[in-house]
Amino acid sequence: MALRSLSRVGETGLPPPERSTMDTRQTKAQRLVALCLLGFLLFNYPVLALFNQGVLVLGVPLIYAYIFAAWAVLITLLALVVRRGNGA
Amino acid sequence: MLQGYVVVLVSLAYLGLLFAIAYYADQRADQGRSVIASPYIYSLSLAVYATAWTFYGSVGRAASDGVGFLPIYIGPTLMIALWWIVVRKLIRISKANRITSLADFIASRYGKSALLGGVVTLIAVIGILPYISLQLKAVSNSFTIVMQYPEIVMPAQLGAVPLLQDTALWLALMLALFTILFGTRHLDAAEHHEGMVAAIAFESLVKLVAFLAVGVFVTFGIYHGFGDVFARASADPKLAPMLTPLDGVAGSYASWVWLTILSMLAIMFLPRQFQVTVIENKDEKHLATAIWLFPLYMLAINVFVLPIAFGGRMHFPLGNVDGDTFVLALPMAEHQEVIALLVFLGGLSAATGMVIVETIALSTMVCNDLVMPVLLRLKAFRLAERTDLTRLLLGIRRGAIVLIVLLGYLYFRLAGEAYALVSIGLISFAAVAQFAPAVFGGIFWKNATRSGALAGLLAGFAVWAYTLLIPALARSDWLPASLLSEGPFGIALLKPLALFGLKGLDQITHAMIWSMVANVGAYVAVSLAGSPSAEEHRQASLFVDAFRREGASARFWRGTASVSELHHVLARFLGAAAAHQALSEYARARGRRWPEEGLDPDADLVHYVEVQLAGAIGASSARVMVASAVKEEALTLDEVRQILDEASHVVVHSHQLEQKSRELEAATAELRNANARLQELDRMKDDFISTITHELRTPLTSIRAFSEILLSQPNADPAQRLKFVTIIAKETERLSRLINQVLDLAKIDSGRAEWHVSRLDVEEIVADALAGMGQLFKDKGIVVETHVESRLPRVKADVDRLIQVLLNLLSNAVKFCEAGKGRIDVTLSRAGAAVRVDIRDNGPGISPEDQAVIFEKFRQAGDALTNKPAGTGLGLHISRQIIEHFGGRLWVESRRGEGACFSFTLPVEARAEDEVRVAG
Repeated sequence: MALRSLSRVGETGLPPPERSTMDTRQTKAQRLVALCLLGFLLFNYPVLALFNQGVLVLGVPLIYAYIFAAWAVLITLLALVVRRGNGA
Repeated sequence: MLQGYVVVLVSLAYLGLLFAIAYYADQRADQGRSVIASPYIYSLSLAVYATAWTFYGSVGRAASDGVGFLPIYIGPTLMIALWWIVVRKLIRISKANRITSLADFIASRYGKSALLGGVVTLIAVIGILPYISLQLKAVSNSFTIVMQYPEIVMPAQLGAVPLLQDTALWLALMLALFTILFGTRHLDAAEHHEGMVAAIAFESLVKLVAFLAVGVFVTFGIYHGFGDVFARASADPKLAPMLTPLDGVAGSYASWVWLTILSMLAIMFLPRQFQVTVIENKDEKHLATAIWLFPLYMLAINVFVLPIAFGGRMHFPLGNVDGDTFVLALPMAEHQEVIALLVFLGGLSAATGMVIVETIALSTMVCNDLVMPVLLRLKAFRLAERTDLTRLLLGIRRGAIVLIVLLGYLYFRLAGEAYALVSIGLISFAAVAQFAPAVFGGIFWKNATRSGALAGLLAGFAVWAYTLLIPALARSDWLPASLLSEGPFGIALLKPLALFGLKGLDQITHAMIWSMVANVGAYVAVSLAGSPSAEEHRQASLFVDAFRREGASARFWRGTASVSELHHVLARFLGAAAAHQALSEYARARGRRWPEEGLDPDADLVHYVEVQLAGAIGASSARVMVASAVKEEALTLDEVRQILDEASHVVVHSHQLEQKSRELEAATAELRNANARLQELDRMKDDFISTITHELRTPLTSIRAFSEILLSQPNADPAQRLKFVTIIAKETERLSRLINQVLDLAKIDSGRAEWHVSRLDVEEIVADALAGMGQLFKDKGIVVETHVESRLPRVKADVDRLIQVLLNLLSNAVKFCEAGKGRIDVTLSRAGAAVRVDIRDNGPGISPEDQAVIFEKFRQAGDALTNKPAGTGLGLHISRQIIEHFGGRLWVESRRGEGACFSFTLPVEARAEDEVRVAG
């Protein structure tokens, strides 16, 4: 019957659009830029001055404890952003 | 154990081990089984950033001002977050254009300019000399200190050393020799040094382990943990200020910020960093690991710096021991010979790694971007006519390595004593930072011109030299001290340390501010004042659009060439074997065999040959060589713009195509669904038609048959004739009944039936129906009883249709009752908001399978072949449609052997929209 020939239409064979890969890449790039800016904020005048007190935290001077702790947090965030982008 | 010969032997053994690792890695690379294609090795190789400066100098800086050593590592951490965008682009561009060095990159971007390449090389070499000298200083000092064991004596106290007894000189020569063995054994077309990368990844581990060892020793061996060290430090009045290190010095925050920015630029543009990050990169994806692993390394190697610094200050309170040497002096003071030896080895490792990679990178630049372009233009050299140039190239590189290392030693002799290690290193940082505007502008800004880049570089370098290099020489008494205190020729505004009156900043910050102002200002101003040439335009779009051009790059070339000329050129620089292989691969990629079949000498081939050459001699020289081999016609700017325009049209067009094809796909999917549905309906229609024609044919056949018999036998028995005519009449009736039912069904199904709704009394209708069938009941001897509940409400329904349903159900009941013994009970009752009618018979009953089937079109209970009941099979289906139209339900309850009860309900409140619905 004439209706049956319609099933052949539509086999264009085109691959599905690669939208998801590009979006993931752009999101990853934007997140990393945000982390860079966050780092600038954390390691600069206003915030650093707050921690420039002479107290000891767990035996370590506050400013050093803060710098190393913030640094470690930033590295962890970098690892997470980069890993999640790849795993997706 | 710390005797001189032991130390020397251990050092040589270690260097031998490094060499063995490099050799092995190179062998594996030649076999195609690379050992360095791992993200972890890549990340570790980046740690060549940590040199003797990190190893010795950080503690020295921390001992004097507490936190000043940290921005050097925090800056790179912040920059690395941006690497995903920036370095990926650099890697892609470099791979596509066979970039071999930083100078090559800049030269290539700005129109393959040999001049620019040369300038960059000179700036890099001069700028890195202080850095190399600091490595020499650190290692030779540590060697000298170790020699004085068990006393702790600073080298400065030993007085000036005559040249031939200077450890630093021997160290320099040894490092130069080592580097030559490492990096110039052969010429790699892509400038990859797999052995070197493997070796420095290893030495990154060694220096980390060494530093952690001494750190653990000081923190937990000499003292009792972090808390102990800091508690004692805070108790010491001289050290207490270091707990709030950012007080006091005005501009210390400015200094912090500028140091951070400076380190961010250094991690990109130190020649050794550019080499390992961009050029030696095997796979873009390794970046993902490096982005967190490298900062983690830097964190780890800095954890113990403060305890060691404080510990040193407290251990040597007289201040006679240099902070830069604490890492060595502390274990020596405690007689920990093994740890001291390990520390020395770590420092040596750090310095060696730096010198090797830095000088290899610099020598490549000197060879490709400084010497070769000059030689090519010197007619006297007749370079274009020499046949095998590989030996010449290697010779140039080796010479460059020795020269650079010795110049580093010279700087050490001239100006090395004036500053602490970190300060020396920062001078080099500031020098390489001058490349930042040209490179960042180059990959993001298409309008940057060659002149602009040149102007920026020269301006920045000049300011750098004036504000950093000259003061260093003045402090070491090679220039008059009045230069610093009063300015040149007494002009106070031009004082090198307070240019234009900018006071209160430390030297590095001051230099950075002015050099960046000069650099960026000149770069932008000159670029905007002019416009890019055709060549610059082409390169600009290749670089800036690197992410968009995946693979296909526009071919801007017009001219005539011959394949043999191009082959000749390739062979001269790469050697006969490599040239043959390169062309074979090119042919194979196009599905041809070479040299059996010819190659087209078109733009593609010329470009390919140029790129291959660029790997060996740099982009600008490659350009010159190829141009000399072929006859090229210059493209005008307009033509280049036209080609670019076309290319961009194609890109836009292909985007549109992509979008259209996506829409097309969506539309096709919908069409496919609709098609499937249509096919289903089509099939159902076929079934319907075939069943109906079958049903129609049966009575028609009988009618025809009996008619023909009557016609053919005019003298038959009247009784038999009567019988035949009766059959014909009955079949005709059956036929028209069937046709009516089918038409009815069609009307109801398609919604074109006519419904005349009115309020009616169900009891009355039932009585009418029973009366109508009264004769039939009497004929078959069936007893009928009705039971009616009192005061039943009225329902809204169509009178005729309701009678149709009742007749259908009643006639079914009659059909299946045994003659003479049949009994039908009709019950009317109220069921909630509806009136319920039950018609029960005492026939054979209906099996569960049949119960499901009897309401379907053309389906009847019983075996179709042997037990076909009379009827069309449509009655119950139509009845159900009718009842459901009024909002009721029709169903059957029955068990085999116990009769059947057909029931239906009619809601009392009929749907509003059913008021007098007419066909539509």
